[in-house]
Amino acid sequence: MSPMETLNTYRAGPDEAGHFGIFGGRFVAETLMPLILDVEQAYTAARQDPSFQSDYDYYAKHYVGRPSPLYFAERLTGELRKGAPSDKGAKVYFKRDELNHTGSHKANNVLGQILLARRMGKTRIIAETGAGQHGVATATFCALFDLPCVVYMGATDIERQAPNVFRMKLLGAEVRPVTSGTGTLKDAMNDALRDWVANVENTFYIIGTVAGPHPYPAMVRDFQSIIGRETREQIMEAEGRLPDALVACIGGGSNAMGLFHPFLDDKDVAIYGVEAAGHGISSGEHAASLTGGRPGVLHGNRTYLLQNDDGQILDAHSISAGLDYPGIGPEHSWLHDIGRANYVSATDAEALEAFQLCSRIEGIIPALEPAHALAYVRKLAPQMGRDQIIVMNLCGRGDKDVFTVAAALGVEL
Amino acid sequence: MSEASRIEKRFAAVKAEGRGALVTFVTAGDPDYDTSLEIVKGLPGAGADLIELGMPFSDPMAEGPPIQASSLRALKAGMTLNKTLDMVREFRKDDADTPIILMGYFNPIYSHGVDRFVKDAKVAGVDGLIIVDLPPEEDTELCLPALEAGIHWIRLATPTTDDKRLPVVLNNTSGFVYYVSIMGITGTAAVPTDHVREAVARLRRHTELPVAVGFGIRTPEQAATISGVADGAVVGSAIVDAVKAELDDNGKAKPGLAAKVLALVESLANGVRGNRAA
Repeated sequence: MSPMETLNTYRAGPDEAGHFGIFGGRFVAETLMPLILDVEQAYTAARQDPSFQSDYDYYAKHYVGRPSPLYFAERLTGELRKGAPSDKGAKVYFKRDELNHTGSHKANNVLGQILLARRMGKTRIIAETGAGQHGVATATFCALFDLPCVVYMGATDIERQAPNVFRMKLLGAEVRPVTSGTGTLKDAMNDALRDWVANVENTFYIIGTVAGPHPYPAMVRDFQSIIGRETREQIMEAEGRLPDALVACIGGGSNAMGLFHPFLDDKDVAIYGVEAAGHGISSGEHAASLTGGRPGVLHGNRTYLLQNDDGQILDAHSISAGLDYPGIGPEHSWLHDIGRANYVSATDAEALEAFQLCSRIEGIIPALEPAHALAYVRKLAPQMGRDQIIVMNLCGRGDKDVFTVAAALGVEL
Repeated sequence: MSEASRIEKRFAAVKAEGRGALVTFVTAGDPDYDTSLEIVKGLPGAGADLIELGMPFSDPMAEGPPIQASSLRALKAGMTLNKTLDMVREFRKDDADTPIILMGYFNPIYSHGVDRFVKDAKVAGVDGLIIVDLPPEEDTELCLPALEAGIHWIRLATPTTDDKRLPVVLNNTSGFVYYVSIMGITGTAAVPTDHVREAVARLRRHTELPVAVGFGIRTPEQAATISGVADGAVVGSAIVDAVKAELDDNGKAKPGLAAKVLALVESLANGVRGNRAA
């Protein structure tokens, strides 16, 4: 990691062209450019419109169930203090975004984008999904607002996330299996972009993470930042001060960006993003773009990517379908390069252990995605002082993963 | 570019014959390097006026199934950006006149290094670039260095490119303009000729550059019609499909693949040549 670059603020990005340092941008086909400029213009106007904000707040409160609680995980804290020296073992709080309607943080973003789509007069919604959480959230809001919804999902992911596929269908969405490429999240995003190119006039593409062409990385971050803003208020109320560390898992990185962004200028708050190390970074079978990739251009933005020497994109691997993406949001790439945030990783095996631990001692079955964050909290908390505080984003619940976990543990259901 | 470039000379020569140009697209390295080179070397003889050579990419976001599949076939057979440049060098040993335009996506070039790529491409004999995911907003990435080196930068204009947007798109475009006649990915069905005629007329109000039209052109008749209303017709998916039709069960080239593909190009070329403008 490079030494931290000192800036007056880390929260001013992106610039007008969508750049965070060298990352971000608008690398899309000409067919999409006019539309992307429209989205940007509409979003800029919406941000300044109090009625847009009040609509968002209304549904966030009454439909999504915000604010989500900030919960002191007392038993977990005690458990992690067991092996630590007597002055070590930070207090661990969970930001309970798994309690949102639809079971993850994804609702925060979909709500914002679907309100924007309505404002723009769009009559058809498309989305890509990996684990199915973003697809379910999109299908949910399309049901609520009576909009036709097509969700692109890799054929491989459809197989391992069957419950979410059925959920989307119940909600009235059409799930289109993607068999091109390797049939995972990146291919679903390719096919969603292809759909958008062919249907620019009536269609809005709700991207599920802080990636894609400008303005998506900034827009999705803004909608997800409700996580971090609530956390600031809640931790001040609970502890009278800001936390010492934030921890969140990263696939594309939207839950992490949402937690981190409101704290970027609080230099005493350490920030940890946890990528999926799959079978281990050295195995080559992982999804850790920052740790194991290098900068490149895909899906409309420049960012760290898993790629070979020829610039061909490699398949990611993770037990968690939601982290199984060969890229990462461009703002994370920038925060990594300037050293404001630390990016670490957790393996499939570590995530599985954390998944079980959380279920057993907190009575919360987490999604496999935040189980990666918890796996790192298990390492971090015992090294920090007893009077220090960690906030971890528990960004999704694990109902969708019980079959995957059972299979990984050799249990037949 | 003080002296006329290969692309400029070729469009002028075709125009002097009173017809539009046949622009053929093939993916470099599909289904393997040797067969692909045989096809590319045979294209001018079969009547192709300009060659678009696809640089395979793992994630070709604007392509339909035929070109996606051809890109993956090439990669599977070991194609790389360096080998694509080798192929252009090989081609240039026998042909100093037929323009070659590399078409693809930015990441393999970015990975190669922009300055190095521009130099290598120029030396190999590349005349122009069409990079799908580099809109005018990203011109500093590769467009300006390429123009600086004397390589044409050919941009796509689409039905979504309105009169406000068109000057932005045409700025820094050189060689010719590639009009994508449909909103959609490659390989989609064609649109009525009237729409194309109107679109070409609109483009000509904004630029002196030749206008080639592509997307959805599959038959000699369509090629003839389109090359009659525009300065050139681009055929891609149909040629790539002809490659696919000559693969065995293991995805390897059957004997005579190149000849079959070139026969299709010849029929397209006859269509274009039969359609002399009044």
